[in-house]
Amino acid sequence: MSDLSDLYQQVILDHNRSPRNFRTVPGANRSAEGYNPLCGDRISLQARVDGEVITDVGFQGSGCAISKAAASLMTAAVHGKTTAEADALFRAFHGMLTGGVDGPADPRALGKLAAFAGVRAFPARVKCANLSWHTLRAALENRAEPVTTESASD
Amino acid sequence: MLDTATLRPQFPILARKENGHRLVYLDNAATTQKPLKVLDAIAHYYSCHNANVHRGAYTLAVEATEAYEAARTTVARFVNAWEREGVVFTRGTTEAINLVAASWGRTHVAASDTVVVTAMDHHSNIVPWQILCQEKRATLRMVEITEDGRVDLSDYGRALEAKPKIVAFPYVSNSLGTVNPAAQLAKLAHAAGAVVVVDGAQSTPHLRVDVQALDCDFYALSGHKMLAPMGSGALVAKPALLEAMPPYHGGGEMIERVWDDHATWNKIPHKFEGGTPNVEAAIGLAAAIVYLEELGMDRVAGHEQALARTAIERLTRIEGVTVYGPRDHRAGVVPFTYGDIHPHDLATILDRDGVCIRAGHHCTQPLMRRLGVAATARASFYVYNDVDDIDALVTALRKAGELFGVPA
Repeated sequence: MSDLSDLYQQVILDHNRSPRNFRTVPGANRSAEGYNPLCGDRISLQARVDGEVITDVGFQGSGCAISKAAASLMTAAVHGKTTAEADALFRAFHGMLTGGVDGPADPRALGKLAAFAGVRAFPARVKCANLSWHTLRAALENRAEPVTTESASD
Repeated sequence: MLDTATLRPQFPILARKENGHRLVYLDNAATTQKPLKVLDAIAHYYSCHNANVHRGAYTLAVEATEAYEAARTTVARFVNAWEREGVVFTRGTTEAINLVAASWGRTHVAASDTVVVTAMDHHSNIVPWQILCQEKRATLRMVEITEDGRVDLSDYGRALEAKPKIVAFPYVSNSLGTVNPAAQLAKLAHAAGAVVVVDGAQSTPHLRVDVQALDCDFYALSGHKMLAPMGSGALVAKPALLEAMPPYHGGGEMIERVWDDHATWNKIPHKFEGGTPNVEAAIGLAAAIVYLEELGMDRVAGHEQALARTAIERLTRIEGVTVYGPRDHRAGVVPFTYGDIHPHDLATILDRDGVCIRAGHHCTQPLMRRLGVAATARASFYVYNDVDDIDALVTALRKAGELFGVPA
């Protein structure tokens, strides 16, 4: 049985309290809406992509500590990365949460995102951590349909 | 108060440990735990009497049919139904309301008609009416609630001016705990010419219900919220209305005679029970009712209301906790928020101490919008809960407050 402090690590509590990039993005050319119909969490994500590089990214919305901190840390992690690098991070993050085959060979590759490793022991909360990432993916692919956790394959 | 020391051992699941803690089950508005008497009744049915009902000429089938029909009589007695033939077994409240919308609604609601619901209704008493109104190009009118979480009677009066065909409301709100003045609401709706549909999912388990005294037309209930198995429930209706309604599901059992191109219908309630029914659920529901009757519904209501009062008093002493819903006329449902801690985080943290609460919108999104919150946490009580459970809830909440630094 995992301890609560494994789930609610300080970095998660900190990003929940003061989320980074909690704002609209001037000149955004990518956006998507994410929604968890089970709990009502929603996220509105905007990004500016110049060539292959994510030059700015921000989010707004409401959700639990896990979903808010995940969105905050995600924006910090993908800022300045190429879309391919962001996609690789998504797969590594998703693998860490679900134990899929795409799990990170080296957890250090995830940097601060490794704080979410504890979520894996709380299956009911995996969708909270993944919502912003699914939304980012939809934004980068310019999908018009809102993302819901019920359509995501986790 | 009920003697929980005697009651608790009758619920096997309560012996379970959660993370080393006693199981503190406070999600009874979602579903309740089952006593041995209910579990045994189901096992006994399958061990001794199982056969398809209303069909076989052999002894087993006769016994199964008798048990199933006896369960109908028990349900009728429990809510003081007009006649036992006015009790249609369904999978639960949701199916019962959908039955009314699809059968009575489709027959009587036309374009430019109005159907009235309230802003505190559960999705199961909103969405079936939305579907009906969209199909018929009718208007769905949602009655507002007051700031303290009651049906706004002046808005209700304005809604009735449209002479609605159907007025639907919950007897008890699953999200606020409000006990609505159902008889008064029904009387006003009838005076406006409407048919009255009462969502009894949260009232039947917790109050003494008398549908004839309420004088509604349709009353829907769920068994699993009152110690009975999931998939048990009933629509209780005025028999004359059921007689005049077209069937809901076509199939076996609901017919009288079937020709190549048409069929005639069985008598009520069988007209609405197409297919092999959930006999186990009906028998489990009857056993649950007998169990509750032995406790006495007035004592059940008093027990839960006392727990709710204590919980509200204890919770509001915690700085940062807001309790929603009216201060009086409420059932054992206590919705709350704690500072800016998201209810899902609260639920996860409380779960570590074995405390099960619900977090979310409680299938009442229109109500959540009016309360101005995305979600609430909800503790809801039943016969086996006691003050120790409230202590555990409060202790776990304080831990959550410490972890999240609330109040800051």
